Amino acid sequence: MVTVPSRLDSTPPASGPAPARRPTVVEGVPPSVPAPAAGQPLVEIEHLDFFYGASQALREITLGIERQKVTAFIGPSGCGKSTLLRCLNRMNDLIEGTRIVRGSIRIHGVDINQPDVDVIELRKRVGMVFQKSNPFPKSIHENITYGLRLQGIRDKAKLDEIVERSLRGAALWDEVKDRLGESAMGLSGGQQQRLCIARAIAVEPEIILMDEPCSALDPVATAKVEELIQDLRSRFTIVIVTHNMQQAARCSDRTAFFYLGKLIEYADTRDIFTNPANPQTEAYVSGRFG
Amino acid sequence: MNPPDHPFSPRPDGARRLESAVFWIFRAAAYLILACGAAVFLDIVVKGSATVFQSKAPFVNTAFLTQAPESLYVFEWEGQPRRMGDREFRAFKEATPAAANVKAESYVYSSGGIFPCIAGTVLLVVGSMTIALFLGVCAAIYLNEYARDGRFIRFVRLAILNLAGVPSIVFGLFGFGMFVIFFGWNVSLLAGWFTLAFMVLPVVITASEEALKAVPIGFRAGSLALGATKWQTIWRNVLPYALPGILTSSILGIARVAGETAPIMFTAAYVVRDKLPWEVERAVDFLFQGVMALPYHIYVVSSKIPQNEFTERVQYGTAFVFLVIVALIAASSILLRNRLRARYKW
Repeated sequence: MVTVPSRLDSTPPASGPAPARRPTVVEGVPPSVPAPAAGQPLVEIEHLDFFYGASQALREITLGIERQKVTAFIGPSGCGKSTLLRCLNRMNDLIEGTRIVRGSIRIHGVDINQPDVDVIELRKRVGMVFQKSNPFPKSIHENITYGLRLQGIRDKAKLDEIVERSLRGAALWDEVKDRLGESAMGLSGGQQQRLCIARAIAVEPEIILMDEPCSALDPVATAKVEELIQDLRSRFTIVIVTHNMQQAARCSDRTAFFYLGKLIEYADTRDIFTNPANPQTEAYVSGRFG
Repeated sequence: MNPPDHPFSPRPDGARRLESAVFWIFRAAAYLILACGAAVFLDIVVKGSATVFQSKAPFVNTAFLTQAPESLYVFEWEGQPRRMGDREFRAFKEATPAAANVKAESYVYSSGGIFPCIAGTVLLVVGSMTIALFLGVCAAIYLNEYARDGRFIRFVRLAILNLAGVPSIVFGLFGFGMFVIFFGWNVSLLAGWFTLAFMVLPVVITASEEALKAVPIGFRAGSLALGATKWQTIWRNVLPYALPGILTSSILGIARVAGETAPIMFTAAYVVRDKLPWEVERAVDFLFQGVMALPYHIYVVSSKIPQNEFTERVQYGTAFVFLVIVALIAASSILLRNRLRARYKW
């Protein structure tokens, strides 16, 4: 049974005169982006069928991701959760032979796979943290400013300020503030991953995608990243793919369970783990398979 | 000491005899190569340094390194054997009218130095490597980062591999037909640059592609995910890390470009030229002048003039200077590479 996040829990769109209920414009959103109705999911995925060459990786996915919540994608390997995550900032474009055959993904109501969408702008707003931490072999400072320099920000004082803010935001500042000029490759695995998070938040995206961000980290570093996710949820919409069910249970608000390319169940995290509606979900979260 | 007949005592059999025979064959091969290399190198260094260095201050034969080649005149004057370069000999004859009709044996290029050849070779190497690196890196970026694998790209790669196997004399003739005659550049630096550049291009492209492939895909993905364009990603986050590998290939290219005679003999090299490359009237003439070059000079002095004690000095001296210059250029790019490597480590 597929539980689709419905708009039932949200206030229905106003039918009165439009100016009366103009939603607040999100800062940094160009006016061309239709402002979402309150309570409408930020990301709406509808009937998505996705293929790698001839093999179908995602089947009929329909799911909404709410703003400023942590949404976890769980499921056994090969279930399509990472593929779906990479659809959200179109990183799958880099892989040859991938295509969306049917369905749509809308962010702010805009179908991101239409030809009039600039993928560069999309990725500025939808940041990503990868499974294998990938700091660039530059200094810590240069890693954080990389995305800002791409946008043409050259002002040194401003860059320094953002570096500090981002590193504080990623709970890394105290550990690295004395060696910002040193290579990021000298950091520990956990620090590298938090640096990648700092690098992602430095460009102020709205959504941060995390693809198994802790799979290569030890428990202490994992705990720090999870704590960080809790801190970030107030400012960003976070989607996290994880193999670790405890992690999903600990740090997400909503959880989607995928199996063989299908969305099996999507509900509040508490419900998924304590009262799953679907027997497959129950089997997975209780550790009987996967 | 172990007791006799313990279980691990040696048992000579076929496999063990073969093992030691094979080991000796491999070892002999390695030593033979070392011996050949050392023989060539020592011969040139020992005989060449006799020309380049001298026993009295400044211990370097500056004339050999700074003057142009001249003919050597050997004659007897007032019962004494004398040796003079061309200019010195003419001045001598003017100063001493009695010597005007002295019978002298002349040996071409055996006096003076090889400075124009050094200058020409350095210019050829710098220019052709600049062209080869620019074209080669652009092609490698296209092949590795932009092009989608398909039949056409496989065909391009095959063509590049085949190009690497083309003999250098064929490149020389191609350059002659293309640049010297068809483009009307005549025998010139420019024609030599392009001919040599095309000759090393396959090596540069292949090595640059390998260097680009060695940059982890995560750096590209990380950059793109921050909203970089493909070119921004390549320029800021791929090329800097691939540069040490690209420079390694260029070191091999330098040795080849500096050393090849065949490609430049039709396109850029003069047997002898009075003016130095920068002694031109208009700046544009710089590109359209032929130059003297070390490998071609070695070829000329070793094959075009009779062998004797006087030319041997020039032959070995030129070969020695040539080796040193190639080593210097290669060493400087190795230094540059190591500095870049230390800067970007992952």
